[in-house]
Amino acid sequence: MPKDSGIGASPKRREDLRFLTGAGKYTDDINIHGQTYVHFLRADVAHATINSIDTSAAAAMPGVVHIFTGADFEAVGGIPCGWQVTDRFGEPMQEPKHPVIAHGTIRHVGEIVAAVVGETLEQARDAAEAIVLDLTEKPAVIDMKAAAADGSTKVHDDLTSNICYDWGFVEENRDAVDQAIKDAAHVTTLELVNNRLVANPMEPRVAVGEYSRSDDMHTLHTTSQNPHVIRLLMGAFVLGIPEHKLRVVAPDVGGGFGTKIFHYAEEAFCTFAAKAVNRPVKWTSTRSEAFMSDAHGRDHVTKIELAMDADNNFTALRTETYANMGAYLSTFASSVPTWLHGTLMAGNYKTPLIYVNVKAMFTNTVPVDAYRGAGRPEATFQLERVIDKAARERGVDPIALRRQNFVTEFPYATPVAVEYDTGDYEATMAKLEEIADIGGFAARRTESEKNGKLRGLGVNCYIEACGIAPSNLVGQLGARAGLYDAATVRVNATGSISVMVGAHSHGQGHETSFPQVISEMIGIPEDQIDIVHGDTSKIPFGMGTYGSRSLAVCGSAMVRAAEKVINKAKKIAAHLLEASDADIELKDGQFSVAGTDKSVAWGDVTLAAYVPHNYPLEDIEPGLEETAFYDPANFTYPAGAYACEVEVDPDTGKVTIERFSAADDFGNVINPMIVSGQVHGGIAQGVGQALLENCAYDEDGQLISASYMDYAMPRADDLPFYTVDHSCQTPCTHNPLGVKGCGEAGAIGSPPSVVNAVVDALQSGGKNVTHIDMPLTPSRVWDAMNNA
Amino acid sequence: MYAFDIERPSTIADAVTALQGEDAQALGGGQTLIPTLKQRLAAPSKLVSLSGIGEMQGVCVGDDGAVCIGGATTHATVSREAAAHYPGLAALASHIGDPAVRNRGTIGGSLANNDPAACYPAAALASGATIVTNNREIAADDYFQGMFATALDEGEVITEVRFPVPQAANYQKFLQPASRFALVGVFVAKYADGVRVAVTGASENGVFRWAEAEAAFSADFSASALDGLTVDADGMIADLHGSGAYRAHLVSVNTKRAVEAAS
Repeated sequence: MPKDSGIGASPKRREDLRFLTGAGKYTDDINIHGQTYVHFLRADVAHATINSIDTSAAAAMPGVVHIFTGADFEAVGGIPCGWQVTDRFGEPMQEPKHPVIAHGTIRHVGEIVAAVVGETLEQARDAAEAIVLDLTEKPAVIDMKAAAADGSTKVHDDLTSNICYDWGFVEENRDAVDQAIKDAAHVTTLELVNNRLVANPMEPRVAVGEYSRSDDMHTLHTTSQNPHVIRLLMGAFVLGIPEHKLRVVAPDVGGGFGTKIFHYAEEAFCTFAAKAVNRPVKWTSTRSEAFMSDAHGRDHVTKIELAMDADNNFTALRTETYANMGAYLSTFASSVPTWLHGTLMAGNYKTPLIYVNVKAMFTNTVPVDAYRGAGRPEATFQLERVIDKAARERGVDPIALRRQNFVTEFPYATPVAVEYDTGDYEATMAKLEEIADIGGFAARRTESEKNGKLRGLGVNCYIEACGIAPSNLVGQLGARAGLYDAATVRVNATGSISVMVGAHSHGQGHETSFPQVISEMIGIPEDQIDIVHGDTSKIPFGMGTYGSRSLAVCGSAMVRAAEKVINKAKKIAAHLLEASDADIELKDGQFSVAGTDKSVAWGDVTLAAYVPHNYPLEDIEPGLEETAFYDPANFTYPAGAYACEVEVDPDTGKVTIERFSAADDFGNVINPMIVSGQVHGGIAQGVGQALLENCAYDEDGQLISASYMDYAMPRADDLPFYTVDHSCQTPCTHNPLGVKGCGEAGAIGSPPSVVNAVVDALQSGGKNVTHIDMPLTPSRVWDAMNNA
Repeated sequence: MYAFDIERPSTIADAVTALQGEDAQALGGGQTLIPTLKQRLAAPSKLVSLSGIGEMQGVCVGDDGAVCIGGATTHATVSREAAAHYPGLAALASHIGDPAVRNRGTIGGSLANNDPAACYPAAALASGATIVTNNREIAADDYFQGMFATALDEGEVITEVRFPVPQAANYQKFLQPASRFALVGVFVAKYADGVRVAVTGASENGVFRWAEAEAAFSADFSASALDGLTVDADGMIADLHGSGAYRAHLVSVNTKRAVEAAS
């Protein structure tokens, strides 16, 4: 019988009542008396010297409050990068200044060149058209390999080259890996592209800056996944505002997918300008602006080589990747192709020797940073594609080849610096074979062939490191912040509870799932518990939501704080029951003395804490509120196996996904319904990457997929009904809930199975196609079939 | 968008008068024009909305049996009201864009805009339709004059479109994955005096008739009649979503499928 409350139950998401009835309060819903509007004049060329900007005519136009250019921001800092990567020669990465407004040079289409603050948005926009720019265009640096060549135009003249860093991992293994590949019985090589994506959350970014002269208080309302991170980065590094004078509020946020982690120029601008003009300043991104100013994702060009012995045991793996940084380093850009990518190259397999080389490149494109999965999809894709190719080359079953090489004993220290605490890859593969009905595939293929269609089956495994992250470890690796989280459990006098959390919910359902944990611990109904998030003036200094970390890290902090609350409440109960606190038990919201029928209700204890008439004031403070900070001891390692079945129309190359199955191990699950929803969404984005989405630039640096007319998002009818299962559970060994993380798994685990399936389908039709770069659009599939 | 005036006349005559002003622009369902205005890519001084003109609304059957559709009739209305008379045309209308587009966008707006990837131009050309304006009748063969180019004069309004009803017809649209406009769309219509085949989405010159296919089908209305026939990849649109060769190939595929499905 499924539970109807607490851990493991699936109550409907309470936040959906406001989201589905139009009652959500998003940043764009915030309008402040006296507010002005900013229109950003954005570059329409990719690379140019700014000779002059004449704002005189624009400044005289109706409704113009003030016009800002790069010169106005000379005295403030640049937008910081939160992670310093050290290259394979021991040198720090090249780190150019990232100005709030372009100053002297334009480096990508969409970069802010000037900002017009007006009484109305239309007036600001009118005036922006009257700004006269004198530019000298320069060649655009777009292709990453060309950008790495000697003599290439440089994106940043003050850097030695376009290479941000040339990273080797593990550098000490380089020669041994080279030797193992030379000595191998068989080496499978694959060159591939991990396509550039635009995150496209439903809600575009918005920022509203506000300044109060009477107390020198700055407030920024913004669409962020992590308001405290924004306060830290913007306050300390850009604008020089101390924390107590800067409040950052991220109310309801309509999807982030990573792209709302980062600190953006528009946030700094609105905060800065609000003080400068002494009025609130609001910016709401248009969808067109989002395409050219939200950080993009992925964009790797990779060569991977997998070495095997004569028995098909993996002996070594070598990968070489060019990773696009765009024109500037976004907040976590440098960490994505390195520590979130290289450390995952072992996958689910006991390959003893691995070497990962990454050249991070500056190009005249929008900055690239974390997008759902961030580095781990790139690692998984190349690994699971090359294994599939190897199976075909060796004439062995792709599932059997994977099984043969699985890690089977835990904890397992990989050759790429991480230690998997727990897992059971055989269990998820067996579950996948069951739910995907792998045994019935041959009959389904015959049926498809009768209809003139080519049917393919693709399978892959994945592992990810999430629950980001142990602060001391990431500090050694170059992180410039801690990655703990924090929660305050505030028990009110009548026993209801408000939990202030550092995590931010923008689709994850924290307002529903977090109370399930507290309800389980204390035994009071979930509706007595509310979650407060998204406002630095209300919540403790936690680091927000990304990297599938909310429950594993912030949830653990919440458990620790709740434990402190319960311990104190037991002392109060012991006093009320005239017993020893060691004898007090808490169950179903009742404190009782072990072995007796004496008990006192949760609400009586909490009331006593706030009305301490009969209370041990000499021993215990009144009140019942505790805060805990939690720093994880390790990453968590969700893993699983995915299967995709496609039909390919041989006449047109169109791919249709017929079945999709996902067997995941997320450790313990708090709300199975929400977890399924997370997997569904992740698969939709993974399928989007595999079949549809393609952020493309032309050689001049113009974004040619700059709207939904050319950038294909997955729609409901592009997707099948999924079969998802998370009954295989090896609980995380190092956090109190035994939970892993589920937010990114679908996006990490699904692209390889889609591509594997299409290759399988084409092979079944006699086409010797070994790889097609994503997205597998009809035209690309047709081209591949006809060139095979 | 830039500021503009708007008029909402209730008769064709008033609309024509209103459109005589300098930089006046007719507004049908606004499915192309409104996004264009929002992007500030057009700056008309005045919009003349055609949606309030009763005599430009609805579907009826003329004395000659042709299906007559008012220029301001939405796709959704066509899909409902033409279904009994010209099912192939109604089916095309029911798959344009999404429900919001179909309930705002109009046949006159689509034909006046003549987007090279729009659906209606293929139906009009393959049906040998007559484009009726406020002052003349234009045969479809004379009307379409290249990408976004038509025989319409400045200020001329499409008041009605008359479609001779074929014995059998079908439209096959292969979707551009992002916009879901036609990457290639082919409309095949079989009349007593021959078969007409019109292709949208493919050519740099907009909608066109495929003469060789028409000749082949007029002799033998079956998919196999097309064997060996292809359109030249030169002059086909090549972009992010497909090469000219791919589009040329899809013309053949869609044409065969349209003949097989024609009813």
